[in-house]
Amino acid sequence: MNGFFDIPSDLQHSYGGLIAVHMQEALFPVLAGLLLALPVGLLCVHYGWLYAPLLWTSTVLYAIPSIAFFVVLIDYTGLTQLTVMIPLCLYSLVVLVPAVVDGIRSVPEETNAAATAMGIGLARRYFQVQLPIAVPAIMAGLRVATASSISLVSVGALIGNQGGLGNLLTTAQLYGRPRLAVTSVVTTAVLAIVIDALLVLLRRVLTPWQPPSGRAAGRSADVAARTPEGVS
Amino acid sequence: MNVLNFMQSFFSDGSHWHGRDGIPQRVWEHVQYTAEALAIASAIGLPVGLVTGHTRRGGNALAFLSAGARALPTFGLLVLMFFWLGIGIVPVMIPLVVLAVPPVLVTTYEAVRTVDPSPVDAARGMGMPEARILFQVEVPAALPLILSGLRSATVQIVSTATIAAYVSLGGVGRYILDGLYQHDYGKVVGGAALTAVLALLALLLFWAVGRVAVSPGVRRRRAA
Repeated sequence: MNGFFDIPSDLQHSYGGLIAVHMQEALFPVLAGLLLALPVGLLCVHYGWLYAPLLWTSTVLYAIPSIAFFVVLIDYTGLTQLTVMIPLCLYSLVVLVPAVVDGIRSVPEETNAAATAMGIGLARRYFQVQLPIAVPAIMAGLRVATASSISLVSVGALIGNQGGLGNLLTTAQLYGRPRLAVTSVVTTAVLAIVIDALLVLLRRVLTPWQPPSGRAAGRSADVAARTPEGVS
Repeated sequence: MNVLNFMQSFFSDGSHWHGRDGIPQRVWEHVQYTAEALAIASAIGLPVGLVTGHTRRGGNALAFLSAGARALPTFGLLVLMFFWLGIGIVPVMIPLVVLAVPPVLVTTYEAVRTVDPSPVDAARGMGMPEARILFQVEVPAALPLILSGLRSATVQIVSTATIAAYVSLGGVGRYILDGLYQHDYGKVVGGAALTAVLALLALLLFWAVGRVAVSPGVRRRRAA
């Protein structure tokens, strides 16, 4: 294919292998971020005073460029995928915690009261009443976090072959082969779009009571747009 | 502890404070890149967001467009533009603008669209022309949210403008990349700290703008 797909051997991976590495480095941190954000978000809703300092801390973390994060972490975690994944997980938290908090806060007070009146305990109320209603807001945050994570993995190439498809970019410069850069950008963008579409599909499956688009989409776009800092 | 030591050695080194590679010069370059990218992104995002939000049309197209823009990898776009356009400010501006347009555009659209419809209807009933409805009724009420979109775009630009250093330009990213290549951790940590401080200053600036520009009535209602 005229140099778009013959990957230099120093990348240690085939084209498919690079995609697999990229996905792994991008998606695991977001998943870990979600698993952390769910309890943390709940805590922030219960103890309101926690939320503001947490938002400020996370905004400062978010402002630290990924490459600086990577380089500083090399000292602790070496040249491994973990070095790329830890910062990505922190970045995803910045988007996901406000999404979870907004989602849980969007549950109408009557709904909570009804759940309490039915004798549903706090834990069950969280999992069976609040979380399902919060799904659209959480999914909106998840979409933003995933897209930025997929984009940021490429920067890992700067610390030496830890950037999945991004490694094609540094190699493209090294060997003067711009077509490899085209392959990298196009493949990354297509992956991001496919994953985004899957997340939209997942939201529809999880919230069958909502119309497929329109109001719900508008509300989620709102939440998505207000991240990373939900308060103003 | 480790990181603090590095930071101290970086900032206490007198040679880092003057000349072409001095902190004032690099910070100034960084501020320039940020302001430029934010200006271009606002020139695209604000008018489109205001008009679509006012007419309440095109929300799906905007959501689609911003999802597409988010999918484009910033670093990859930088390298690609560097190949195609060579050394200069344009290859840096394109990825930064692509990064900043979605938050500005989508937030502005949402902000104007979700303004309480009753004052808007009242203004229309009193015979106000559409342009004045937009700028004298909708924009003042939507301003806090519009500002929050601009603020979030600014923080992202400040943090991402560090990649300009990868294509031989300046900014505080210079310290991070040079530190990486020279195995000088102090420089990397110093550059990261400068970026974070710049982002905090940007947040402070937006807070101040919000205090001055948002009408007291709107602010009280949001606080309540």
